[in-house]
Amino acid sequence: MTVELAIIGAGPAGMAAAVLAGELGLDTVLVDEQNSPGGQVYRAIERAAPDTPLGPDYLAGRPLAAALRASRVDYRPNTTLWHVDPDGTLFLENAGHTETVTARRILLATGAIERPVPIPGWTLPGVMTAGAAQTLLKTADLVPEGRVVLAGQGPLLYLVATQLARAGAPPGAILETAPLDNYLDAARYLGSLWPGRRLLTRGLGLVAAIKRAGVPIRRGVRGIRAVGRRRVDRVAWEGGELAANYLLLHEGVIPNIQISLALQLRHEWDETQLCWRPALDAWGQTSLPNIAVAGDCGGIAGAEAAVLTGRLAALDAALWLGHIGEAERDSRARPIQAALDRERALRPFLDRLYRPTRSVMVPAEDDIIVCRCEEVSVGRIRRAARLGATGPNQLKAFTRCGMGPCQGRICGPVVAAIIADVHRRPIAEIGTYRPRAPFKPITVGALADLEIPRCAATTKGETTR
Amino acid sequence: MFRPRSEARRPSVAVTVEGRRIAVPVGASAAAAVLAAGFDSIRETAGGRERMPFCMMGVCFDCLVEIDDVPNRQSCMVEVRDGMRIRRQIGARRTHPVAG
Repeated sequence: MTVELAIIGAGPAGMAAAVLAGELGLDTVLVDEQNSPGGQVYRAIERAAPDTPLGPDYLAGRPLAAALRASRVDYRPNTTLWHVDPDGTLFLENAGHTETVTARRILLATGAIERPVPIPGWTLPGVMTAGAAQTLLKTADLVPEGRVVLAGQGPLLYLVATQLARAGAPPGAILETAPLDNYLDAARYLGSLWPGRRLLTRGLGLVAAIKRAGVPIRRGVRGIRAVGRRRVDRVAWEGGELAANYLLLHEGVIPNIQISLALQLRHEWDETQLCWRPALDAWGQTSLPNIAVAGDCGGIAGAEAAVLTGRLAALDAALWLGHIGEAERDSRARPIQAALDRERALRPFLDRLYRPTRSVMVPAEDDIIVCRCEEVSVGRIRRAARLGATGPNQLKAFTRCGMGPCQGRICGPVVAAIIADVHRRPIAEIGTYRPRAPFKPITVGALADLEIPRCAATTKGETTR
Repeated sequence: MFRPRSEARRPSVAVTVEGRRIAVPVGASAAAAVLAAGFDSIRETAGGRERMPFCMMGVCFDCLVEIDDVPNRQSCMVEVRDGMRIRRQIGARRTHPVAG
């Protein structure tokens, strides 16, 4: 099967891009691993009750999902992209079967993942990400029972706290890790507060709601550790501790670049957001002519900005595929770009306020696990780096770090930061893992039913000869 | 464990976790079912340490379980169905010869 545009990921960017591409007459397929549209931010949005404790910002995703359903886009839920050739051939798995689709143009809208938070005890049962608890609330109306402690920083941490409180499970405490220095650094960007006032008001509203719910916020917390024998039973930090049945960690989000890395697109290290992101032009165009990126995969800016970058990428795709001219693309893009500028206005302030501390990037203690899959510690990574491993890919061979089922999704950023620290070089020079297909484990059966006409012909010829 | 929020009014689906029948809300993942069933671990690593789901969005692979006899399923990515059988995974995977 051949299409004009294949979009990977049905979050805000992917949905918005697909709807507009459909309107512009592009023959579009939208591939997504989940069973319903929404991505992580609007996960399970079609099932949301009007009075959901997740709040109005979550419900804002509803019209997008409805527009997607009403469009003529070929939307493929429950479908995993496990390989993609740079020429545009996508290998898709659904219900144990593989199908290939060839797209003239690809738009990656793979969103963000939560930054790894390698603290002592983070592998203990009962320690999860704040986003994980939010996903349980979104998809199944489930809340953690017992004493819940949230630790870390960033807008999502406060959002999850208010949502849990509204759902009848208020956290016992929030341990905020943003150091005082961050507040001072962010203060240099006070000029962005007025253009970014809508987002700022929302953030201040969250903090007020947390206070109304009676959840204590402790600021400038350092040295957080999860303690317990078979599961977490308390959270300790420099100068205090609390009993906890659940510890929910969050240190912000970073682009989900597993597929963009596998495609070997050019990537840049973002020294402000402390993450890698694909190098993009203003339309989301990557270093390969037929591949673009939209949404948080291209740099963290939030769901509303993702919708806008999704639309810009759709307009550019329409031009590239000959459906509209340059003048039409530009005139349609103008109001979108203006809205995007407003949406991004508060970013310089937020990025500095919630910049992770050094201990998040380079954990201090040698016995902290970095690679959760292969159980590789900070100490082993440091030793391998001292022995001469110059980058994450070489370090795999030394330690098996990053060779487990998650394929380095979790440990990648930490491993690179530790190597950079040992060699006293910038992370930008250390590089990333090079992910390979299959991006997600597939069965041999799914692989075997792949129809590759050329291969089949050769095999047949050989057996008859 | 995880429990339905007090005002939740979702219909439920019956699954078994380690042979124990439990009712979980429609829309829940298999990983959510294990959390709702009150288990303290969903798998053991090759090194013998107990784990529970960590990210719930298909990134960490700490929720790998056996679902309806198929091992190594990312349970946070699989929605529950009536009669689904979920089993914990202990240690490294082995390859079994297939009969017939």
